[in-house]
Order: sequence, then C-alpha cells, then structure tokens
Amino acid sequence: MKYLDEYRDPRLAATLLEAIGRAQTRPWVIMEVCGGQTHSIVKHGLDQLLPAGIELVHGPGCPVCVTSLEMMDKAHAIARRPEVIFCSFGDMLRVPGSGGDLFGLRAQGADVRIVYSPLDCLALARQHPEREVVFFAIGFETTAPANAMLVERAQREGLGNVSVLVSHVLVPPAMANILQSPANRVQAFLGPGHVCAVMGYREYEPIAARFRVPIVIAGFEPLDLLEATLRAVRQLEAGQAQVDNAYARILGREGNPAARALVQRVFETCDRKWRGVGEIAQSGYRLRGEYRAHDAERKFEVAAIATREPEVCISGQILTGIQKPQDCPAFGGACTPLHPLGATMVSAEGACAAYYAYGRHLPAAAGRPAESGGRSADEGPWGPPVGAR
Amino acid sequence: MEELTSLLQASCPAPRPERERIVLGHGAGGKLTAQLLEELFLPAFRNPALEQRGDQAVVGWPGGGRLALSTDSFVVTPIFFPGGDIGSLAVHGTVNDLAMGGARPLWLTAAFILEEGLAQEELRRVVGSMAEAARAAGVEIVTGDTKVVNRGKGDGVFITTAGVGWVPAGVELGPERVRPGDQILLSGTVGDHGLAILSQREGLGFEEAIVSDSAALGPLVEAMLEAGGGGVRCLRDPTRGGVATALCELAERAGVGMRVEQEAIPVREAVASACELLGIDPLFAANEGKLVAVVAAEAAERVLAAMRRQRLGAEGRRIGEVVEGRAGLVTLGTGLGGTRVLDRPWHEPLPRIC
Repeated sequence: MKYLDEYRDPRLAATLLEAIGRAQTRPWVIMEVCGGQTHSIVKHGLDQLLPAGIELVHGPGCPVCVTSLEMMDKAHAIARRPEVIFCSFGDMLRVPGSGGDLFGLRAQGADVRIVYSPLDCLALARQHPEREVVFFAIGFETTAPANAMLVERAQREGLGNVSVLVSHVLVPPAMANILQSPANRVQAFLGPGHVCAVMGYREYEPIAARFRVPIVIAGFEPLDLLEATLRAVRQLEAGQAQVDNAYARILGREGNPAARALVQRVFETCDRKWRGVGEIAQSGYRLRGEYRAHDAERKFEVAAIATREPEVCISGQILTGIQKPQDCPAFGGACTPLHPLGATMVSAEGACAAYYAYGRHLPAAAGRPAESGGRSADEGPWGPPVGAR
Repeated sequence: MEELTSLLQASCPAPRPERERIVLGHGAGGKLTAQLLEELFLPAFRNPALEQRGDQAVVGWPGGGRLALSTDSFVVTPIFFPGGDIGSLAVHGTVNDLAMGGARPLWLTAAFILEEGLAQEELRRVVGSMAEAARAAGVEIVTGDTKVVNRGKGDGVFITTAGVGWVPAGVELGPERVRPGDQILLSGTVGDHGLAILSQREGLGFEEAIVSDSAALGPLVEAMLEAGGGGVRCLRDPTRGGVATALCELAERAGVGMRVEQEAIPVREAVASACELLGIDPLFAANEGKLVAVVAAEAAERVLAAMRRQRLGAEGRRIGEVVEGRAGLVTLGTGLGGTRVLDRPWHEPLPRIC
C-alpha cells in the first residue's frame, strides 16, 4: 500500500536494527510516549527484535486509559438522562466507570452514539432541537482542534443544545512528571508524533534541557519507530540531550499554527487528574469562560462526583514506565479487556490491553517466536508460503 | 490467587461492565458470543449433534446416508451494499455453512420479520436477489414464514434461513481429524465483506469501491474434495470475527496449535487502506465468500491447485500449518520477523454485518 508498505519494509527494518546494535555499547531505557506507538511495537514484535540492551517502556499517551474514573462517572451520569444524546468516540464505550460501561448503559436504554468526528454533533443538534447533544471531548493535543471547532461552531450557530464534557490532557506536563519521580527509569523518549503535528516540538526543548534527556519525535510505523530509536541511542551514547525530529515527513517545529490558534481561542490550561497517576498541575484543557454555556459539567451539575480506584491495579506504575504489564498479579487473570480493573487494560492503545491482545499472557508469545512441533511454516514441503516476500 | 480475589472484592469499587443485559458484543462472534452459547444454549438444548458445534449439524438418516442442517439469521444494515444485499447474503450464509460440512445444499426455508412501513419495492428487490442466489447455488427455497412488527420494533427486514443438505458417503470433515503438520489454506483476500459494509454505512468514499465477497462456496468445496479426498480434514468459513477467530476456534476444537504468516494472507489494497483508517485488523474482519481449509501435507499442493482453478479460489494461498503445542494457541509471524498471538476478540468492532 502506498505510503504504508514502505514503512514496514523488512529489509530496511533489518538494516536499522543492525545500526542500533552497532551504535549501542550500554543498556538504555527508552519510553515511547504514545499508546499508538506501544500498539505498533507490540503488534509488529519490535521489542522482540531490538538488541537485548535496549528496553522500551510504555508511556502515558493513551487518552482513553488516563481519563479519570470521576470523569467516566460524570459521563455516565449525563448519558443516563433521558433528554441527552451522548456522543463519543467508540473506544470510550468500553471504559468501565464505577457502575458499568456505556455499552451497558445503552443496553439499558440510554441514547449513546458513536461518532467519527465531533462535528457530527452539530447535525444531530440541528435534527433534534428538543434534545441535548453532549460530546465526550477526550484526548491529547491531537484531538483538541476538532473538539475546539465543535464548540466554536456551536457557539457561532447558536446551537444552545450542544455541550462538551472536556477531559483533555497534555503531554509535556506528563513527561516532566515522569522525569521528576524518584523511581524514574526513563533515559530517553520517543516523542508523540501526532501531538507534535498539531503543537510542534518547541515546548519539548526546555524538558530535554532541564532533565538532560534526548527526545526524538517519532511516527507510528515500524520504520519510524526504529529510526527514532536509533537516533535516541546515538544521542544517549554521545551524552547529548536534544529534541530531534524523526517524523519530518509529517511535521515541523511550529506544528500547525491554525490548529494551535483555534485551540488557544477555545481552551485554557487547568490542573487535571490522570487515571492511575493522580493530579498533574496544568496538564489539561478546560473551556474558556466565554464558552461556558457549552460546558456539560456545568449544564448537568455533575462536578461533585468522586470515586476510588481498585487498589490492586498498578496502572500508574505502568503509565510511568516503572513496571510492565506482566509484573501485575491481576494481569490476564482477574484483569482482562472484558473485566478491566484499571486504566491500561481498557483501551486498545493501553499497554496492558496491547500485551493482552497480542497474547503476551500466553506461554508461547513471551520473547522469541513460538516453538513449533513440526516444520516451521517457512520450510513447508514446497518452499515459502505463496505470496511471502 | 484466592487472596487476590478477596482483595479485589474488598477494595474494588466494582468497575465491572454491566453484563446483566444483552449487549451488541453478544452477537459479535467473539468471546461474549461463545459465553452465551456455553452458558445458556448448549446446556438448555444438549444433544450429540449440537455438541459437534460446527457451522452445521450432521445427523444420521434412517434411510441411510447423512443429512446436514444449519440455520442463520441476517440483520445486516444497510440491507443493500456493494456486492450484495440481505437477501443474497441470507442464501449464501446458510449454504456455505452446509458446504463447510461437505454437504450439497438441497433445500432452504426462509422466515421474514418485516417492519411496518418497509417499502414493498425494497422487499421485492431483496426477494428477487434471494431467488437468483438460490438458483445459482442450486438450492430451492421450499417453505417460509412472514411476520410484521410495529414500526420501530424492527429495522426494515430481518431474514432467517435454515438449510438441509446431503453429505455424500466418504466425506468426513471435522476438527477431530486435524493433525500437527497439516497445512492451512485460505481461498482468497480477507476483510472484503466487513469493510464493504462499514464503508457503505459510514459513507466513506474510497477511490476504489470495496465490494463484499458474498458468494456460494459449494462448487469450490466440491473441487477441493475431489482433488484432496480424505486429505481435506476440515473447512471453516471465516465470517464474523474473521480469519483470526475461525483459526482460534478450529485450533481449540482440534486441540492443536497453529502458526500462520502475516505476509501470506492476502488483503486487497482498498481494504487494507480502509482498515488502517478505521483502526481495524483485517484478520478480524468478516468474509462471506471465503474458506479456510486444513489439509494433510501430502494433499495440500493438489488441493491448492484445484482451488486456484475455481473462480472463488483463484487467489488461494497456503498461509501456515498446524503445530503441536498448547491447544487453541494461534501464533502469527509478523512481516518483520516478530511473533504475536492471535486471540479471539471479546467484542467485534462492526455490529450487524450479517
């Protein structure tokens, strides 16, 4: 497939892996920030292919995972109201709150709809003027522009029945939070490609300088990730700590100025609670005062909801790179995608869910390819499988 | 573990999904569907034919020979889609379930649940397409039923078909015949049906339209059985849940492991693009005109050649093999040299695709 197969080329991947092996003289711990990167790494088995001394740990960049239990309960309280059409990205429907998930609420009669764009809410609001259309505005800086556009257009068109439940989170404060922790193991970052496509990477420069960590902005395809890993290893070996852009085919230092301006008009930063991690200062967005009429938390008076997490869950440690999913006693047993106990098991992009989906809880999946009883599939009676490269 | 359970009960504010009611996932063909089957339907109806748990039941017949029976309901939305409609799908789905047991389909029944207000013209198109599909598959629709429900209590039209087929003497197919070393064949590209429905439903305009692969697999199966004889061990049509789910179920029922290669599994370019865009793995997306065959190693080349002479098997491939090891464990070699496990999904991202 054009612009995709090229970034999954096994020959180029082997070349990059060799280069990483040559560049590395000591063990290093590198964190990929985004859930999408984690998913790609586990799906393609990149962590199994890297030299033994390079450890990838999985970062906090899954917006579904880090949405707090309070926020989920607020969403559920709003979705239960008969006048509400509750709109959300599909991933959020499976995320459990204190009493079930949005799929369950829908089975009980709540009007919960999956939308692919926040702007779909405008059409719904026009079609149903007698009802309240609420959009669950979650995500990092990546989804903020489209969500901001929904609010701005609803305001401009005078659609008083559109509101948003805002749970936006920001990457740079979360990275700083990880680096400040006494238990921190992270020595370099693969930076968030999609976030930087909107925001640029200027704001990562002070973090690299202050904490002396290389930050290499990375894409999501196997070659993107390997190229960025190579650049991070070279910086680590040379004792450098700079922001480097390994995703230049998508973004530049300034990101997307029009999108940034839109976000600035509609949102302002605020303290935000992250599921599994806790509150991080100035790590979220909320609506600016002039858009208050579209704030679902105010409109439906759900600000007072408070909750408690299961104590067994170690997702906070996983989201900050201190532990891996298999370190958790509940992983794959008491905690599965059907019965998630915490943040990192609920979304496909969560580290625990990615490990689970690709079978890391099953014996043969750990580490290298499974042992095979007979011939390996590559050595069948008439050579390699038809169509194999 | 016990300690952990009690700890959970003590400290967990019950963040458990609501499972007291039916959710869409129960119809998705994944683990929730299996749970419903195992906890409700199987215990209630228990008998030896049902416990074969195939796509069809094969039963002895007092006059000698064996009959295959199968039934399936169709609730696809939209009812018309590129490459077919709910009518042709209702025929193909059931005759394919019969064909996977090596049966020649003979008769179908058809029951319609219509919603008040459905345009007669739409119903006429659906019925016409059903008739044509049945003629092409060599099967007769011999009895049926019609019910109409109030507006808002259905969704246009739902169809249930049941089929009866005859299993020729000497044809023995089933997971119990699968052995390590057997080869796994796939008849063509994966994900076409699921992505055709989804792109139609979401109004996604791709340069190249994605067309459902809905088709009757009887002639392909006959050609394979003729070429491979007893070397053909077991057949499955990878509908809901896709090729990955079909392989997992088969490996579980057969008590074997499987190893398949990602690079060997063909995906049409438009389907692959749509999957990337929508975040769907084509290995888990539905097919309605494809089959997976487990074939003895010595017969595999012959069977594959026979498949490729058929229109519906022209893109047939060998995708992997049956291995010893943990029952039900299916591993996938990634294109880059890594390995991962294919596991049955809990949910399916695409409700009501058939």
